[in-house]
Amino acid sequence: MFKKPELLVTPQQAEDIAPLAAAGADAFLAGEQAFGLRLAGEFRKSDMEKAVQLAHQSGKKLYAAVNAIFHNNQLPTLKEYMHFLQQIGVDAVVFGDPAVLMTAKTEAIDIPLYWNTETTATNWGSVNYWGKNGAERAVLARELNLDAITEIKEQAGIDIEIQVHGMTCMFQSKRKLVGNYMEFQGRNVQIERRDKERGLHLYDPERDARYPVFEDKNGTHIMSPRDMCIIDELDDLLEAGIDAFKIEGILKDTAYLQGITALYKEAIEDYNKNAALYNEKREDYANRAQRLQPKGRQLDTGFFFKETVY
Amino acid sequence: MVEAVLDDKGKEKQFARKKPELLLPAGNLEKLKTAVHYGADAVYIGGREFGLRSNAGNFSLEEMKEGAVFAKKYNASVYVTTNIYAHNENMSGLKEYLQNLESIGVAGIIVADPFIIEMAQTYAPNLEVHLSTQQSLANWLAVKFWKEQGLERVVLAREVSLQEMLEIKRNVDIEIETFVHGAMCISYSGRCVLSNHMTARDSNRGGCCQSCRWNYDLVQHTQNKETPLYSEDDVPFSMSPKDLNLIESIPKLIEAGIDSLKVEGRMKSIHYIATVASVYRNVIDEYCRNPEVFQMKTEWIEELNKCANRKTAPAFFENIPSYKEQLWEDNKKASPYQFTGVVLDYDDDTNTVTLQQRNIFKKGDIVEFFGPEGNSFKQRVRELYNDKNKTIDAARHPLQVVKFEVEQKVQPWDMMRKYTE
Repeated sequence: MFKKPELLVTPQQAEDIAPLAAAGADAFLAGEQAFGLRLAGEFRKSDMEKAVQLAHQSGKKLYAAVNAIFHNNQLPTLKEYMHFLQQIGVDAVVFGDPAVLMTAKTEAIDIPLYWNTETTATNWGSVNYWGKNGAERAVLARELNLDAITEIKEQAGIDIEIQVHGMTCMFQSKRKLVGNYMEFQGRNVQIERRDKERGLHLYDPERDARYPVFEDKNGTHIMSPRDMCIIDELDDLLEAGIDAFKIEGILKDTAYLQGITALYKEAIEDYNKNAALYNEKREDYANRAQRLQPKGRQLDTGFFFKETVY
Repeated sequence: MVEAVLDDKGKEKQFARKKPELLLPAGNLEKLKTAVHYGADAVYIGGREFGLRSNAGNFSLEEMKEGAVFAKKYNASVYVTTNIYAHNENMSGLKEYLQNLESIGVAGIIVADPFIIEMAQTYAPNLEVHLSTQQSLANWLAVKFWKEQGLERVVLAREVSLQEMLEIKRNVDIEIETFVHGAMCISYSGRCVLSNHMTARDSNRGGCCQSCRWNYDLVQHTQNKETPLYSEDDVPFSMSPKDLNLIESIPKLIEAGIDSLKVEGRMKSIHYIATVASVYRNVIDEYCRNPEVFQMKTEWIEELNKCANRKTAPAFFENIPSYKEQLWEDNKKASPYQFTGVVLDYDDDTNTVTLQQRNIFKKGDIVEFFGPEGNSFKQRVRELYNDKNKTIDAARHPLQVVKFEVEQKVQPWDMMRKYTE
């Protein structure tokens, strides 16, 4: 059944929140790399506090990314951070590691918990399992096709979020793989910082594909060679009643994110008014999304219409 | 917070000398029997469904049953990897499958997907449920969560150090299984979909094509310009880890009270299984017999290297691995030894071995025999006969049965390798 989904966007800085809200974002996901994975921007505690205020001023929600794979030595700071998040009034905590569930329980932290491991949310049974254990929303794996997504939505007892636009993660290692390579080459002096601003890519000659790669506190991350975009294929998802659409802003600039957010908002509103209107404008949406795209970065439909074998 | 158990004499006494389970992989029935015969306390196998390593041979239910019966004679356990992240389409048939596993004498299953955990606990409650390393479990609070979910055992993430294992063991009373030997993911397990993107094969359902081990060019994009970060004669970027090898750290793992020491490799040969099982068996037994006088023997380390497919390293055991723990060039063949035969029989009167060939060897070759007790000897192959007692100059045919005179007594299941350099 049709339901207007929440449009969730990942801002790069607190200042982006008001303009993104104006562009049509309903909710924001932010955090810092000490607790969250692959974020569009680094929001330290003071930024998070500001972000919550700004989001709430615009009548929007702010979710904290706490989806890292935690090791023992991070548990004390995780506990402290969860209290901090409760104190500043974030609207949800996005987690992957059960340590976050346990911390919320033992510390009596009363913030809604959203489950997001990126790669492992692949069936409605596990979605409901995490639901029974306290999650109020599941963010589905990006490797699912449309049929799998709508079936999960039908069977799920909790809210379902999917990514509709942007880069997706393909790989995370705890090792510093770029740094290791440079050290091995003996040229670590040449590039000191290996974070995502460096524009590093792995080029795959066989597929003529370029995979963005960066390192941070959580290790090495490799991203998809194209940005997914399903602006012109939203109707089945809207009819299925998917609860939230995520636009991923990592490795993009603020203007891009605003443009894309406005475009998805328009498409959702159009559909809400009249499905035929949406249908007429499909090509127009797709063309406009294409024009926003940075040079050398292609769009595709991810795994939405694709079958994987094994 | 917790401190190292090793510094704490009281704790050390409490844990010490409890023999951990030695857990070996088995891609088929022959490998299962070999592993058990060579000293494994338990083996893990894959069924035809619901497991990763979809091209590892894998067992039918009948074969699993035969494996479980065989293992029981040796007092060994069989676990079944049921470690895919299921998609909706994989959910049907699971209940019956788990009930079948329970009824044929399998001790437990190794699972990543919570849906499968729940199904097993509901419909096959006599199966032990072990959490797979695919969950990348790296902290004690998450371990505690799984204990509260009723799991008997967890397999830790490959990224967990000895120090972290000690902390986990101290904070949660649950069986801990950890990898000690073999190939491993360079990513956090379960958090890699390179195969999905590059080849449309689902890595989390057994389709991994190991694209992490391919070569790439590292380049930098700045203002519409692409700069290569390597020069012509540089080795290309790749993400190939050396294989794990913790043989020298077995005493530390035993002292830490780790419950199960796991070897990777359901695709590996029976020669590999036999060699790894017998060396780890010897080290565990020797250490537990008398920890005070135990010393690591170079011959164990050398023996283990005879079946090495790649160079090895201790990975995350002490630290986050550096470039030294990655493979940078094509050096797959680390061992000069080649598996050449399995002993079928031995005739005491004539000192003759009956052997099934596993790779070519010739009259005049120097070969080495070894068995489960760690006993081994080298000799030259003198006159060589086929199964009709006709003289031959070489054993060329795969699985050919041949005979020749040996200098020491051998037994069925003993294996023969030859030095190839």
